[in-house]
Amino acid sequence: MSVYINADTKVIVQGITGETALFHTKQMLEYGTKIVAGVTPGKGGQVIEGVPVFNTVEDAVKVTGANVSVIYVPAPFAADAIMEAVDADLDLTICITEHIPVLDMVKVKRYMEGKKTRLVGPNCPGVISADECKIGIMPGYIHTKGHVGVVSRSGTLTYEAVHQLTQAGIGQSTAVGIGGDPVNGTNFIDVLSEFNNDPETYAVVMIGEIGGTAEEEAAQWIKENMTKPVVGFIGGQTAPPGKRMGHAGAIISGGKGTASDKIKAMNEAGIEVAPTPSVIGETLIKVIKEKGLYEQCKTH
Amino acid sequence: MNIHEYQGKEILRKYGVTVPNGKVAFSPEEAVKVAKELGSNVIVVKAQIHAGGRGKAGGVKIAKNLEEVRTYAKELLGKILVTHQTGPEGKEVKRLYIEEGSDISKEYYLSFVLDRATSRVTLMGSEEGGMDIEEVAEQTPEKIFKEVIDPVTGLLPFQARRMAFNMNIPPKLVNKAAKLMLGLYEAFVDKDASILEINPLVVTGNDEVVALDAKFNFDANGLYRHKDIVELRDYDEEDPKEIEASKYDLSYISLDGNIGCMVNGAGLAMATMDTISYYGGKPANFLDVGGGATAEKVTEAFKIILSDANVKGIFVNIFGGIMKCDVIAEGVITAAKEVGLEVPLVVRLEGTNVELGKELLNASGLNIVAADSMADGAEKIVELVG
Repeated sequence: MSVYINADTKVIVQGITGETALFHTKQMLEYGTKIVAGVTPGKGGQVIEGVPVFNTVEDAVKVTGANVSVIYVPAPFAADAIMEAVDADLDLTICITEHIPVLDMVKVKRYMEGKKTRLVGPNCPGVISADECKIGIMPGYIHTKGHVGVVSRSGTLTYEAVHQLTQAGIGQSTAVGIGGDPVNGTNFIDVLSEFNNDPETYAVVMIGEIGGTAEEEAAQWIKENMTKPVVGFIGGQTAPPGKRMGHAGAIISGGKGTASDKIKAMNEAGIEVAPTPSVIGETLIKVIKEKGLYEQCKTH
Repeated sequence: MNIHEYQGKEILRKYGVTVPNGKVAFSPEEAVKVAKELGSNVIVVKAQIHAGGRGKAGGVKIAKNLEEVRTYAKELLGKILVTHQTGPEGKEVKRLYIEEGSDISKEYYLSFVLDRATSRVTLMGSEEGGMDIEEVAEQTPEKIFKEVIDPVTGLLPFQARRMAFNMNIPPKLVNKAAKLMLGLYEAFVDKDASILEINPLVVTGNDEVVALDAKFNFDANGLYRHKDIVELRDYDEEDPKEIEASKYDLSYISLDGNIGCMVNGAGLAMATMDTISYYGGKPANFLDVGGGATAEKVTEAFKIILSDANVKGIFVNIFGGIMKCDVIAEGVITAAKEVGLEVPLVVRLEGTNVELGKELLNASGLNIVAADSMADGAEKIVELVG
């Protein structure tokens, strides 16, 4: 089992004819992801990498029965692409695109109210359920099937954590990159509650960073609801205040959103926080050993 | 991106927001000329730098006649202003805003910001104007009011009126204040602002509601559709290395250490800085080469790092996803050859096309120390820099 996506997930690639999308479509197909359609307006009828291309998401869904899409559309058109996916009633749309204007995302969130589709991202690496389905841009080979869920605001830091787990013989159920933008579709709590309900996930790694209060809110939720052990890491502990560190989200302002505030909130919720990113894996192993879950989590 | 107060007020005028008359000046002569044109009994001479707290730092002067305008302009131009937002090194004043004085009855606070919790633009207001809103939030949080704005309808007139009443704006001026707020919101959305702060908003002796200050911050991701805003960028206010980086769409921030960092992904870049600090080193910069970097972009990134004289060693930490390791390797090799690498270089590669990247580095003949992990790399570079 896994969360959000699995071996039966049928995927549409929105913006499939772009260079980045093409590269990653090939990688996803190689991994075994069931990519059933591509969408690029005006290029309907073409076939790329064996995948039929449609003019609209609606057409693609009608013909192929796809239930999930991944978006590689350039930033100026990405908000529209998300709304098209939502309009087509997909279960899930994953937006990889970075640099979407934040006011576009404000509109997208408003448009999504009361609709069925879940959005992961934007500005995220995607979602992967190891050995079943990879949707996004993460390198597939670092993932192993197993029982640890990973949720993170940072793409490359997710890879770092997953890589450490795999090297230590600990597989993952699903890894979800929620993205570093201030307005996004899925937050920590959404993913944590999925992991909490997933019988195949035994423990969770949660990776946050400076800026905002999402980690503090997640910590509170974990304290009240989570039945499984969670370990964490917060990036940006040494970042100077007031500087925007690439992610629009990663900025400390007015004493809010500092690493120490977040670590404190997480510790108070019983979450063990790794002191450096290099020991995220070790920290998880220590905790699952204490809880008697190590043998079940070990990849055999 | 930030702009100056006078530029912000120019924008607001176009949206019907009342601001005092005034003009920018680059010299004492110009300042006097502008003051003469304004013909006001009281003239305010305001230092234009991209930082708040100018008043407290002595960057705002009240002149009673043209001679005083000249004296203050001379005093302020070229002065290094140190405010709580500039850092200890301060910022040099190169532009002045010469403005007519206002007969202030009372000061208020207004701002539009994005609220992450609701994913909506939010109007914030308070009758405690002229001071730091953080201070107000701490001391008298009950005096801060909020209106959450639906992007479909925009700020509604009743919301603006409710805010004005909550802020205790004199009832006869509530409609004027509400109209001003609607203008501010329109400007905020039209220009893809991320912050618009009016502190203070004032009510004057002759019953006007006036934006006495204007602090705009724009969403960098929205700038592609606002050429007029991009033109307002003042390069004097920015670090030259950061300007160079932005030309190549690299996210670079200068820091005061001696280990140059090149990383992909903002989260990993911050974590790399954290790890270097953990091993006792000090990062010279934050640098995220981004997702779609080309070999050329990587080369430029490398040159920017090396242009910092404090850099005594470089740590390249790449976990390729969208970014391919061979592209990074090519860029590093080209740059090292072009600029001549004289400091130690530690490279850690992992992810998409990692084998290809490692092969390229090995075959390059460059003196590169390979690292197995982020911790290993950080430890090695800290040791090499000594």
